[in-house]
Amino acid sequence: MQGFWAPRRIVMAGIGLAIVLWCVLALNWSWLANPKYQGLLLQGVWTTVWILVVTMVLGMALAIPLGLAQAAGPWWLATPARLFCGLIRGTPLLLQLWLLYYGLGSLFPSIPWIRGSDLWPILRQAWPYAVLALSLSVAGYEGEVMRGAFKGVPHGQLEAAKAMGMPRLTIFRRIWLPQAIRRVLPTLGGETVLQMKATPLVATITVVDIYAVSSRIRQDTFVVYEPLLLLAVVYMAIAGVIVFLFRWLESRVPVKTA
Amino acid sequence: MIGGLLQSTLDYLAWSPPGWGATLVVALVKSILIALGAFGLGLGIGTLGAYGKLYGGPVARDLLAIYTTIVRAVPELILILILYFAFTSSVNNLLLAWGYERIQISGFVAGIVVLGVVQGAYATEVLRGAILSVPPGQIEAARAMGMPPLMLAWRVTLPQMLAAAIPGLANLWLIATKDTALLAVVGYAELTLVTRQAASTSKAYFTFFLAAGAMYLAISVLSTLLFGRIEAWARRGQVRPGGS
Repeated sequence: MQGFWAPRRIVMAGIGLAIVLWCVLALNWSWLANPKYQGLLLQGVWTTVWILVVTMVLGMALAIPLGLAQAAGPWWLATPARLFCGLIRGTPLLLQLWLLYYGLGSLFPSIPWIRGSDLWPILRQAWPYAVLALSLSVAGYEGEVMRGAFKGVPHGQLEAAKAMGMPRLTIFRRIWLPQAIRRVLPTLGGETVLQMKATPLVATITVVDIYAVSSRIRQDTFVVYEPLLLLAVVYMAIAGVIVFLFRWLESRVPVKTA
Repeated sequence: MIGGLLQSTLDYLAWSPPGWGATLVVALVKSILIALGAFGLGLGIGTLGAYGKLYGGPVARDLLAIYTTIVRAVPELILILILYFAFTSSVNNLLLAWGYERIQISGFVAGIVVLGVVQGAYATEVLRGAILSVPPGQIEAARAMGMPPLMLAWRVTLPQMLAAAIPGLANLWLIATKDTALLAVVGYAELTLVTRQAASTSKAYFTFFLAAGAMYLAISVLSTLLFGRIEAWARRGQVRPGGS
């Protein structure tokens, strides 16, 4: 710790503390005392977190076959997978989100059997479109990452497993997938932070996440900066937790160091 | 059915006013210009930042670390909102303090500045890595010959780091073009917002969103080709590993 707390760091920490104190004392935080807003903020954080977790899991589940198809699939699987990744990576997420929400949202009501189905009460809400768009986005970006990871697994190991007569699914489950996952693990934390940074876009299609809550507070109370500052702090905290979790996860995975 | 669909699509995307073609292209040009401006500003900030992180004093390094950490942890949308308000109000405060009139800052300039600051943080990391890839012996040799720092950067470091920096910079440029869409949320009429206006006026959601998607995709495909060319140019004269 001696190295970290050099004299200049103490001065900088002091300045930082002074800025934080000034923010707490001089700015208008009275709206935080309102129990209505407290509840909304907690709900907003919860929405942001579950959307992040669900879309990362769904997206990775899609990314694995996408990466595999590109790395080892026949051309009729590899080409569509590559096209899909190119499409997702080449257009803004906001546009994809709006295409799905406004496009499908205007198409579905005109189809009678969808209107009549049991799923209709769910499809009328905004969150399925948010989850769909964000999951597809993860799938597109991570599909590309997984392609590299699958290709990076030493070929000799796969051949050895084949020579020992291991069935193809077992090879995939025991050798190929675990090593590919281990390869992407260091980048996955960063990708999850990037995905977290994309979640506030869902507020533009009326999903009430933490960003939407802060916008609402700003509109209700005419307080301009403070909710934005709180928002930045909340996102930094979530990013910190993500980085910490992935570091812990990485430390649990044995890595052979040469 | 298909003929009718094609006809209505062509009508919607027609150049002159009942169609939205001209409006969309103008918005596309605005998006590209903002992306270009932000990318350029980001390159400038990134070059300074990379040099600061590598050769700057301890305080400069700490400050740069804080800058890149914050920008990489907070969503662009929120940075855009904070900087958008903070930038316009602080420029106006400065102008008032110097005795000038307060001005209306255009969304165009604010967009470039805000996205440029975001790009700068990522560019700092890309360029820092690229500078590190230049063989240190060459920089030391230039210093030993008494080359002034600016000339050293211009003649030795920058030309050689370019090859290593291009893939990262290409990625940043693509991020810049896509991040311009975020300005739609603060109400700036770039391609995505104009597309939504066109789509909700005409109710032809798929037509317009797919057309805009095709435009963004065209930018990304063309830029990928262009950056490939630039990389080949930047690598001219380099010995390829394993090549003759």
